[in-house]
Amino acid sequence: MKVEQLDERRLREVALTPDEYSAIVDQLKRAPNEVELGMLGVLWSEHCSYKSSKALLRRLPSSGASVLQGPGENAGAVNIGEGWAAVFKIESHNHPSAIEPYQGAATGVGGIIRDVIAMGARPIALLDSLRFGPLPASRHHVDGVVAGIGGYGNCIGIPTVAGEIYFEDCYAQNPLVNAMCVGLVPVHRLMRARAEGTGNSLLLVGADTGRDGIHGASFASVELDENSSQRRPAVQVGNPFLEKCLLEACMDLAHTDAVVAIQDLGAAGLTSSVAECAGRVRGAGARIDVSLVPRREKGMTPYHVMLSESQERMLVVVQRGREAEVESIFQAWDLTSAVIGEVTDDGCLTVVDGGREVAQLPVALLTDGAPLRRLVGVAPAQRPALDLDELAPLVDPGAALLRLLASPNLSSRRGIFRRYDHMVGDSTVVPPGGDAAVLRIKGTRLGLAMTTDCNSRYCHLDPNLGAQLAVAEAARNIVATGAQPLAVTDCLNFANPDRPEVYWELEETIAGLAQACRVLELPIVSGNVSLYNESSGESAIYPTPVIGMIGLLEDYGRRLEAGLRSEGDFVLLVGSSHNDLGGSEYLKVEHGRIAGRPPALDLTRERAVHKLMLAAAGGGLLRSAHDCSDGGMLVALAECCLLGGIGVRCPPVQSEGPVRTDAAFFGESPSRFIVSVPSRAMPEMQTLARRHHVEVTMLGLAGGDVIEFEGQFRVSLAEMRQAWEGTVT
Amino acid sequence: MKFGVLVFPGTWSDRDCGWVVDQVLGEQLTYLWHKDADLKGCDCVILPGGFAYGDYLRTGAIARFAPVMEKVGEFADRGGLVWGICNGFQILCEAGLLPGALIRNASLEFRCQWTNLMVDRNDLPYTSQCAEREVIRIPISHGEGSYFADPATLSRLEQNGQVVFRYCDADGRVTPGANPNGSLHNIAGIVNKRGNVLGMMPHPERCSEPELGGTDGLKLFRSVVESATRALVS
Repeated sequence: MKVEQLDERRLREVALTPDEYSAIVDQLKRAPNEVELGMLGVLWSEHCSYKSSKALLRRLPSSGASVLQGPGENAGAVNIGEGWAAVFKIESHNHPSAIEPYQGAATGVGGIIRDVIAMGARPIALLDSLRFGPLPASRHHVDGVVAGIGGYGNCIGIPTVAGEIYFEDCYAQNPLVNAMCVGLVPVHRLMRARAEGTGNSLLLVGADTGRDGIHGASFASVELDENSSQRRPAVQVGNPFLEKCLLEACMDLAHTDAVVAIQDLGAAGLTSSVAECAGRVRGAGARIDVSLVPRREKGMTPYHVMLSESQERMLVVVQRGREAEVESIFQAWDLTSAVIGEVTDDGCLTVVDGGREVAQLPVALLTDGAPLRRLVGVAPAQRPALDLDELAPLVDPGAALLRLLASPNLSSRRGIFRRYDHMVGDSTVVPPGGDAAVLRIKGTRLGLAMTTDCNSRYCHLDPNLGAQLAVAEAARNIVATGAQPLAVTDCLNFANPDRPEVYWELEETIAGLAQACRVLELPIVSGNVSLYNESSGESAIYPTPVIGMIGLLEDYGRRLEAGLRSEGDFVLLVGSSHNDLGGSEYLKVEHGRIAGRPPALDLTRERAVHKLMLAAAGGGLLRSAHDCSDGGMLVALAECCLLGGIGVRCPPVQSEGPVRTDAAFFGESPSRFIVSVPSRAMPEMQTLARRHHVEVTMLGLAGGDVIEFEGQFRVSLAEMRQAWEGTVT
Repeated sequence: MKFGVLVFPGTWSDRDCGWVVDQVLGEQLTYLWHKDADLKGCDCVILPGGFAYGDYLRTGAIARFAPVMEKVGEFADRGGLVWGICNGFQILCEAGLLPGALIRNASLEFRCQWTNLMVDRNDLPYTSQCAEREVIRIPISHGEGSYFADPATLSRLEQNGQVVFRYCDADGRVTPGANPNGSLHNIAGIVNKRGNVLGMMPHPERCSEPELGGTDGLKLFRSVVESATRALVS
């Protein structure tokens, strides 16, 4: 059959191009049948195949001494010592959340949890990185997404401990919902989803298969348009209770050695999970009988079964002959399971319906056959420049501080995170609200710090630098708790890469990420790419490479938090300040502009500052530490005061130096922290700073219930709290 | 003494309660399964937090029919200590072991935050380690924790002194502002008339070690241990 003979609408439905269809026919030496076309369509979708980004992603560093598992599995894993591996990954659920915020977000959480379970790990924490259009117009998205995250995470009993939420015009049509999950597993029990052993059984467990979510992966691979709400059936519905049972049953599987592998059923359902599992083993194939798949409804065709994205399902590869042993574990949790096929050695995924063969495709064609797209990147027109000399001078820093604290991007997130159970598990030793969360690892003194970060305004103004700044800031969040940054998972959210300026953004971002991760020695062990986050050719999102990062504290008893703790402590600014107002929140809130170049970043300096901070934290010199980022020094200082309930008195900020007053207060120079130090530790702190060649400036003394810069301004904690806590609820 | 922590499908505070019993208190621990036909000789049965059976119909509505609940009822009738925390409280109300019901928070939102509790009674096996009218700090984490009962039940509860914990401010004032979920009379926890069945929405197992932000929860666990020891001696 020739391409032109095939119904064009049919091709569009499975999201394949005529060229891709030709490639399929060339390789198969025949035309694919209906079922095969559907299977290829989902696996060749951008969402599953990474055909637009794969070539670029290879440039990211993914190795390191602690890496146990890099990209290519359900999640990445690093060795954190004492016999434990931390397993983690971030993933987007942007398109579904745009259409159906509650279920889109909920199933995003459910999906990332299953990825961690598939590695044999118990999920211990969730994080969520969210982007919305401005309030109040985006209220429907915000409320639905926050409720969906809570609805799933609270019910399944995994604490939601950190994340971010930002508001910007560019996300009005395309909100971003990125969910990250962190899990723990003894190193020797870390699993890989490899379909080893010809003749071993494929067991499907969990929810019955329904017609929900068909073409979800394809839907996530195109732009949203005015008809997108008709795709609501492509959004799945989550059942956190079922997943809780699935989670516990999978943990119980550790009691048997009959299990070869576990694989999550996510985007593209059974097709992708079987193909991926087989694809990881050279020469392996699989034979599935769709008539054995437990179904939710009558009248489902093999096509429906193979493409269904029904949630809460796992594929388990079981040693032949030991199926009953494994099934009894699932039965104890009242879970339905069924042997639906077996591992073969013919390199093909064969689908039969009872006695009738309905599809047979080479596994390699499914998983690696999609022709890589060669896209061209072209730098866009210059972003708006910023001439600092034209900027009206800062008149009243106190009033500006109150306006910034009330800005939706800087205000307190308490109204959000109190809707999430962030305590279950009895491990959260640094709760949400500060820099990174820290969870203790029971039975050890280890603390695991975790955060997500990205300032997409910087990325919009300079994607390369913006990506570097995102990595640096995430690392600073980790360091602020006293933890050593360890490894990264990334979620690359972009607009339509078919447009040269968007592809250029992607290229630049990946170059920036690679650069920052190399210098800071942070391997990227897992991640996800979400493209086509734009609507009807307009309203494209800023490049948003969300960085999920974990770090390690050898002794969580030495953890630090952001809030000031003792009156009389010295409050210091660690690191150097410059006239960095480009892309700042101050520029947006006070001058209504998004312009200029993001703050310059010297990664070597960044490293030096981290080393100083970790030495000071390890030596017990610091009483508190806070990353200085969005909103600059003054907002960070205010946060230290608000979180600690203690004010600070400072001498005036000098205006005659090279740094302007507005930049001194609100500039967003990176590589800086605000710390508090007891007076007895001051000499040692100063010596340490000199040894690390890091500038440390005395800001003031902790105490009282106001922030005061003598002769410049004075604001009470009560006023600040009112501004800070009144906005995002 | 021996604590039994009851596990329904969907329960998630079981491991936290077990951790406190086993690792913090060093007492005997056994997990009870919802299908179990006996309580394995436990001195105190804890019904922990979670979403038993998903709580899709109504919190606790299905769990009360679990096979093990019949044994829990018999145990309570014999004067055994039955301690429902969060979802456990909801289940005890559904099972009729405690009066009233837990309805949706007044905010219509889930709330996970620290609360201050006024200890109205310290003569119970659960609170003997607390001072009279002590204010303790224990976190809540629920979407349906607003205590409700009809006026007659409510006045009976008050008359009998069955209210054990009330949400209050840091200075012990029982005010509307200190009420996180709209509970009538700021009720956070109640006992049955006999004083052996306690239901409470806050999570004492989440604040029994200093690194978790507080240790007031441990007072309740220690009270139970102390009362059991006393019962053995007397």
